[in-house]
Amino acid sequence: MSAVRAWLLVDVPRSRWQARCQRFFFAWLAFRQNAGAVAGLAIVGTLVAAALLAPWIAGSTGVVPDLGNRLQPPSGAFWFGTDELGRDIFDRIVWGSRITLYIVGLVTLIVVPIGLAVGVVAGYVGGWLDGALMRLTDIFLAFPRLILALAFVAALGPGLENAVLAIALTAWSPYARIARAEALTLRHSDFILAARSQGIPHHQILAGHVAPMCISSVIVRLTLDMAGIILTAAGLGFLGLGAQPPTPEWGAMIALGRDYLLDQWWVPAFPGLAILVVSLGFNLLGDGLRDVLDPKSRS
Amino acid sequence: MPEARTGSQLDRNRSTLLAQAPRRVAGTALSLALTFAGLTAVTFVIARVMPADPVLAIVGDRAHQDVYDAVYRELGLDQPIFMQYLRYLGQLFEGDLGVSIMTAQPVLDDLLRFFPATLELATVATLLGVLGGVPLGVLAAVRQGQWVDHLIRVIGLFGYSVPVFWLGMLALFVLYAKLGWVAGPGRIDIFFDGMVEPVTGLILVDSALAREWEIFRNALGHLVLPAGILGIHALAYLARMTRHFMLEQMGQEYILTARVKGVPEGGVIWRHAFRNVLVQLITIVGLTYASLLEGSVLTETVFAWPGIGQYITNSLFNNDMNAVLGGTIVVGVCFVGINMGSDLLYRLVDPRAR
Repeated sequence: MSAVRAWLLVDVPRSRWQARCQRFFFAWLAFRQNAGAVAGLAIVGTLVAAALLAPWIAGSTGVVPDLGNRLQPPSGAFWFGTDELGRDIFDRIVWGSRITLYIVGLVTLIVVPIGLAVGVVAGYVGGWLDGALMRLTDIFLAFPRLILALAFVAALGPGLENAVLAIALTAWSPYARIARAEALTLRHSDFILAARSQGIPHHQILAGHVAPMCISSVIVRLTLDMAGIILTAAGLGFLGLGAQPPTPEWGAMIALGRDYLLDQWWVPAFPGLAILVVSLGFNLLGDGLRDVLDPKSRS
Repeated sequence: MPEARTGSQLDRNRSTLLAQAPRRVAGTALSLALTFAGLTAVTFVIARVMPADPVLAIVGDRAHQDVYDAVYRELGLDQPIFMQYLRYLGQLFEGDLGVSIMTAQPVLDDLLRFFPATLELATVATLLGVLGGVPLGVLAAVRQGQWVDHLIRVIGLFGYSVPVFWLGMLALFVLYAKLGWVAGPGRIDIFFDGMVEPVTGLILVDSALAREWEIFRNALGHLVLPAGILGIHALAYLARMTRHFMLEQMGQEYILTARVKGVPEGGVIWRHAFRNVLVQLITIVGLTYASLLEGSVLTETVFAWPGIGQYITNSLFNNDMNAVLGGTIVVGVCFVGINMGSDLLYRLVDPRAR
């Protein structure tokens, strides 16, 4: 253990691999100091673990009704009680973590490549292309997100994928801004010039040299945005436009539990708590990551 | 003669400013037009993509093929897509948003009826957010690192992370159903409904104009909870941004100068630092207001608030696309307008942004 530590703390790294590991290790040391960030990491870690291990954690499938156990209050057998069809709410929340993770993953997969591509190209190439792409970004930045997502889901039909698509459509623009700002500062730097003079084509410079430099700012922004994305998706689910029953999506679970609030408070209370905790986790993690990866904006 | 020089410099600044003014106005107008074009283009595409057949909606499925074709041509669906878009724009400029299937009235009339409720809700929510968030942010910055700062940070994190529709439900359950501290869902008790002449459509304003204070109190009782819930996110955001801006200012040298001069701490905070923060807050408050206007959809659903958000969602479930798109455009235009307006105001107030 101490040998690894010494290897990580050596003053002059011997290899690129060692230098890279050192950088991560130092970032981790800084990150560890921030109690909130560690708590956030723990929450997000729990979410991932729950999603991966759902079949083993949950005792039931969370979708099959068990009418003999309708609306049971929280107890040793049903930690979070049961819903109007007798399904274990704890199990449903555990299965629902897969959906939350799916939303988060899918939005990331759509938003980051589009934002990076637009921003990096605009910043690197400059000129009229920069102007045109940034105008486009500004237009999308100015859109009312929730309402537009509603309209999109209306046109495409309710469903989880369409909800995610609608969110992603308006969510990519801030990443284009961030990537452009990074690309602008890099455009005239020496290592880009060196790459150019070696005859590396533009698209390879963009993908291999410029884009990777933007990743850390993008990750910070993405983590901070995640809470908002989760809340929007849950809101669409709550309105009945996201995941459809019997899928255990947390927002949809709250909507179904609305009718039982007066006498069976646990039906809507626990799914909402799950949303609150997970978005809190992403917010805490994002704050911590920003402090570590982006010291400029430390507040 | 330092004063004279500053005077002439000021004059020169002012004249260049005046010279630049038309260009800046043109620039703003251009970006406004572009954003509007983008917004309408997106809604137009949505209208095209949707599975419903607009001709069938008018003629019914038993109409003869000739009738169908005639209406098809009349709607301009045989023309190129770009011409269709221009036609759509032309209708928009005439205020023609189509007829709602659900209410059988022009969408514009419907929106004018529903919009004041949303405006009232979002305005009061923004006010609550500003009145709560800004002082909290200043306090957090002044007491940086102390327990007050941490507490405010926790409040902010909560505001960022909580699903408003869920919190609204719980608050309604506890504060209305259990404790009876606030009035229930809706804008006003049914007993008072329609008793004041709608002048502005904002019940608070209308009842105050009519000096019907009982109705005013009733409406306020209905408004305070949804506005408070909707304002929580604004409060969190404003507190965080105010703290950030204040810390930025408090580290500046002019603050040190003021302290060295012996300005009392309250004066340093409010008259020196906060005045500079105030300018930066304009944009933030504008952004918040715009996002609350559009984000009130969920709150309106929970509180049965007859606003534009509820109108849009109800239309959505009835496949009333004219209403959905009309609502989207109106909210979108307000959203874009407020954002641009606050940006413009910021430039006017802050000399550094000129």
